[in-house]
Amino acid sequence: MKRLIVDPIRCDAYGYCAELAPELISFDSWGYPIIQPQVPRGLEGMAKEMVAVCPRRALILRDD
Amino acid sequence: MTNAPTFPRLFASLGDGQSFQAHVERYGHRPQLDGRTKSTEAFIALLEAAQLTGRGGGVVAAAAKLRFLRSARKTHVVINAMEGEPASSKATALLEVAPHLIFDGASLLAEALGSTSVTLAIASDDHRSAEFAEAALANRHDPIAISVVRPPGRYVAGEESALVNWIDRGVSLPTFRATKPSFVTIGRQAALVHNLETLAHIGHIGRFGADWFRQVGAVNAPGTVLITVSGAVARPSTVEWINGGTLGALLDSLGGSPSNFQGALLGGYGGTFVGAASREIALDEWSLRSAGATLGPGIVVALPMNSCPLMETSRIVTWMARESAGQCGPCVYGLPTLSTDLHDFVTNRRSKTSLHRIEGRLREIEGRGACRHPDGVVRLVRSAMKAFSSHVDGHVAQGPCRELHAPSVLTWPKEISR
Repeated sequence: MKRLIVDPIRCDAYGYCAELAPELISFDSWGYPIIQPQVPRGLEGMAKEMVAVCPRRALILRDD
Repeated sequence: MTNAPTFPRLFASLGDGQSFQAHVERYGHRPQLDGRTKSTEAFIALLEAAQLTGRGGGVVAAAAKLRFLRSARKTHVVINAMEGEPASSKATALLEVAPHLIFDGASLLAEALGSTSVTLAIASDDHRSAEFAEAALANRHDPIAISVVRPPGRYVAGEESALVNWIDRGVSLPTFRATKPSFVTIGRQAALVHNLETLAHIGHIGRFGADWFRQVGAVNAPGTVLITVSGAVARPSTVEWINGGTLGALLDSLGGSPSNFQGALLGGYGGTFVGAASREIALDEWSLRSAGATLGPGIVVALPMNSCPLMETSRIVTWMARESAGQCGPCVYGLPTLSTDLHDFVTNRRSKTSLHRIEGRLREIEGRGACRHPDGVVRLVRSAMKAFSSHVDGHVAQGPCRELHAPSVLTWPKEISR
């Protein structure tokens, strides 16, 4: 199982991640991502894409 | 006389001042680690037997912290004397009364670990602590010299990762580690950060042993602890307390009264409120854990009858919001929003709906910062709502209470520089 982590210091609420994968990420009241950390097998490709698209490189995909 | 003190322990040397000679006359020289004890393993065993836990707020077993560093090649011992909590004056008190115990503990630990660096961190605006420390250090000749650094006097500056970051790179901001657990490092050395009080206990344990340490205190939380008491007591001060004594006994010993008590804040501004029935609570980390509380770095603020606990909570949240390091969105935006919502609820007649909104904010903020600063605020607010639930109901039913404008019993830094 892969785990998705957001580095809250790097994150600047660009929001690209949630646009790409609303299944994995929602917004809080201030536009910052709330992540569902466990990435289901079928969504691993999408999670990798999210990591790549973040302009702040704030997303980390980790093997757990 | 080089006898082991019974009680007080850390404060046994009251009146000795900064004199190293007086310290040695009282306790003898710092023990030399011999072949049997001069290893990290032996020191882990000693601290394990003493059941010493950290006195900075994390309540981590001192032995576990050492064990974690086993795989590090080089270590750097950091004495954390950052008095970030406004309601604590422990660092100044301990550096005044027993500085050499702190430095003995740090120096023993450094030797056991084979460290080559020991650093003492005192906030840049804490002049008294620095004077005491410098006077004491001028008297000593440690094999590994203790150097003093002065990070900014902000609330989060004493947080472990922020402190290490400052020593390492001159940046007083917490760091985020995606892969936990990992070392925080200074240069290429793994940092071992201990609260100054923890090290003072180690200074004693190194001399008198684990069995001596366990002679007083609670079974699962032996020894003594320094607690700064303020609020509804006649003599606010930092006292040495035997673990396990009740909150009521502590307050009474300083001129508090059961009839003027509606609850207390334990553990500082990211701590936990306990309600009016809490005078029987045993003050030691083991007992407090079951109440969901902690002493933090050793702080008790007693709330008098003439105070609004919700207004006091609101004041703390407002201050904590300003003390954010400003790095993480949920803290930067969440805490001011929470502060506004709470202040609005407390000062106006508001329905249950606004309470639900506050609860929603707490859920949004919790667990989403790089450090635990926002989580501390969440814990504080939740505990206040629980401990003073009938007071909360009163605000909902009748609007603000009569005590709303009573003077605050909280302590604030003399000047807030930012």
